[in-house]
Amino acid sequence: MALEFRSVTKEFLTRSGEVLTAVSDVSFVVNEGEFVSVVGPSGCGKSTLLSMTAGLYQPTQGEVLVSGEVVRGPNGHVGFMLQKDLLLPWRNIVSNVEFGLEARGVPAADRRRRAMAELERCHLAGFENHFPYQLSGGMRQRAALARTLAIEPEIVLLDEPFSALDAQTKLLLQNSFAGTIAESRKTTLLITHDLAEAVLMSDRILVLSERPGRVVAEIVVDLPHRDEPLRRRTMPEVSDYAGQIFRHLKLEEKAI
Amino acid sequence: MTQATPVPAGAQAPARKERQGKAAMAATHSTLFASLALLVLVLLAWEFLPPALGVPKFIIPTVSDCIVELQRMWTQESLLAHTFSTALYTVLGFAIGSLLGAAIGYVLGMSEFWEKVLSPYILALQIAPKVAFAPLFIMWFGYNSMPKLLVTVLIVFFPVLVNVLQAMKTVDRDLINLARAYNLSRWRIFRKVEMPSTMPSLMAGLRIASTLAVIGVTVGELVGGNTGLGFLISYGGGQANAAMVFNAIVLLTVIGFVLYSALARVEARVLHYLPKAQG
Repeated sequence: MALEFRSVTKEFLTRSGEVLTAVSDVSFVVNEGEFVSVVGPSGCGKSTLLSMTAGLYQPTQGEVLVSGEVVRGPNGHVGFMLQKDLLLPWRNIVSNVEFGLEARGVPAADRRRRAMAELERCHLAGFENHFPYQLSGGMRQRAALARTLAIEPEIVLLDEPFSALDAQTKLLLQNSFAGTIAESRKTTLLITHDLAEAVLMSDRILVLSERPGRVVAEIVVDLPHRDEPLRRRTMPEVSDYAGQIFRHLKLEEKAI
Repeated sequence: MTQATPVPAGAQAPARKERQGKAAMAATHSTLFASLALLVLVLLAWEFLPPALGVPKFIIPTVSDCIVELQRMWTQESLLAHTFSTALYTVLGFAIGSLLGAAIGYVLGMSEFWEKVLSPYILALQIAPKVAFAPLFIMWFGYNSMPKLLVTVLIVFFPVLVNVLQAMKTVDRDLINLARAYNLSRWRIFRKVEMPSTMPSLMAGLRIASTLAVIGVTVGELVGGNTGLGFLISYGGGQANAAMVFNAIVLLTVIGFVLYSALARVEARVLHYLPKAQG
């Protein structure tokens, strides 16, 4: 088991002193090499799950386990990536990719070699000396993925990494990410609000309810071509799956 | 977006680039020409208008009067030594003041507690007119270089401090979280994320500070002491020698301009990674 949530509840104290329950009694397991998506309405605590996995804060109740170990703080087993690429604008692409390795005492030459290999894998060879502002949004996200993979995490957390991109770039980037992740066999947790994206990229989908978020459904996507969303996209079953999630989210009731 | 081969910046459509380059060059030339023409026009007006209107030389000396006076100041008033002294204390005060301002800005930026405790006093000191401290410093330290140095340090200190502090408070939280997730120590997060993030604001603060440094030194020299261009201004003023005052002002401006330009060059180098504004 690469990642496990054991009845995790997370409460926050708001400024006015009220207790806000972000997620409530969430339990799930992500197996090694699996690609799991979490979908849910906005504000359902999707990103809270991610922050707890990354160790940025602790659950109020319950436990988060990564590779069988309880997460007690930021750790090297988890690499995460957000909608923002979070590239350091003052560093060129290759030193951005090296960023995650710098706290680990990896010798400089080794860092460079690993960063270059990741750039190659993310189809960014030749752009290592460019600065972030010289790259398109899609390329910047690929650079962020290269940085995430460079630390050789056991789990990759993706928090809506495609949501700031235009529709076509998004499709291409989903394809490129899916290929890269399949090739590196990384366990992946994708947080998204895009139902089609969840169906196209995942082995399994967890549907969260509105706040406080709990897992209301678990859908196994039994379709081939996980590594090629563009091919999966042409399959008629995709819309059935999206329809299932749609019903679980009770979106019809909200559409007035 | 999907291109796999790198395209070196500037290699696209070289013909168009060149045309744009030429157009830009022409535009630069024409603005330069207009600026110079304006300068010549003002200088001519300055030379010929006051005598034509019957304004006496001790009120508005002409350009040529000023140049003659400049030569006299050079030989008889040891102008070079005065200019050098002012330039030295401008740079010194600027360096000490901005170093202190930046250091304290970073320290306060890392400690929310102390920032909150000290912020009302910082605000009060920031509002207080720093040049008004000059007579006080003379009372304390006497007629030497100390008062003007202190006024300069004080006047430079705040814009740098405030800019750095503000920038520290607005560093992208997600970037810091990313660094934390990568297990970077507090010190490394500061050095690798926070400090570089604040560079644009620090540079902006330094640029403001550089213009204020000249004011600090001038006031210090005006109020007390017997060296520097500020002293020449009060000395010249006492003798009704307007040309001397004019010359000193011009030289002070030159000192400030040189400092500012040097900073602008440093800034362009340090912040090379920011996309250039068009035009």
